[in-house]
Amino acid sequence: MSTVTCLADAEVGDEVWSTTHRLLRADLVAYANASGDQNPIHQDEEFARSVGLPDVIAHGMLTMGLVASAVETVAAGREVASFTTRFAAPVVVPAGDDGVEVALVLTVAATDESAGTVTLDAAVSVAGIKVLNRARAVVNI
Amino acid sequence: MAVNPAVEGRTYSIPEPHVVTQDELDAFAAAVRSPGASSGATSQAAPLTFAVTIAQRAEAEFMVDPEANVDFSRLVHGEEGFTYHAPIVAGDELVATTTVRRVRSAGGHDMVTLETGVETTAGEPRVTTTSVVVIRGEQA
Repeated sequence: MSTVTCLADAEVGDEVWSTTHRLLRADLVAYANASGDQNPIHQDEEFARSVGLPDVIAHGMLTMGLVASAVETVAAGREVASFTTRFAAPVVVPAGDDGVEVALVLTVAATDESAGTVTLDAAVSVAGIKVLNRARAVVNI
Repeated sequence: MAVNPAVEGRTYSIPEPHVVTQDELDAFAAAVRSPGASSGATSQAAPLTFAVTIAQRAEAEFMVDPEANVDFSRLVHGEEGFTYHAPIVAGDELVATTTVRRVRSAGGHDMVTLETGVETTAGEPRVTTTSVVVIRGEQA
């Protein structure tokens, strides 16, 4: 992991955070309970397959939530103005102790001194396949 | 059957205000591995995506509107966005209202843009969320 001590000094292209998250089925149950999103495609293999999915998939909002946590870490108490993403591909979570590994890298996409903002882009992938597109947060400096 | 474009502009609200508890903030923070989750600190601001738990209840009122004609079994989440006005904290009494901004069809699918304002019962804005949901066509 790497992080810059002062986001205000960050330059476009700087990688400011990099981490991986292992997601197991139990993590999906915990997110379902915490969020109230009990859609069975996130817990029930048979149901997921019946609607044409390869297996149980993670809540898109769980993946976005992991990115949000990375943004919070880097923002270190600064206000976040906005956070947006597109969902590009489902995160399939197999049963068992290996689950799936989600890789996450935050880079500085833009800085705007007059507006006092730094824009962070998140690259989020599973086995090299992008699962989010245009994941972007604007932090007030 | 497609989503009824006549619902554009309609609004849907959560049935009753939701009072945010520290316990639910802690559970959500742990589930998304928020840096605040391990600190043990109380009265922390909610994680950045927490507002979705409130917003989705207003969105659900749209989804079940028979006139909207949404086939929930074919629905996938296309995009999500948050614009932050002020942090959500424990004790906030929140309401949420979803406005159907746009209904359109492309490539046999229907795409619906939902904007949801999450604010306190005193009218202080907290977060505005924007969701694009895709209802996959029968042939897809």
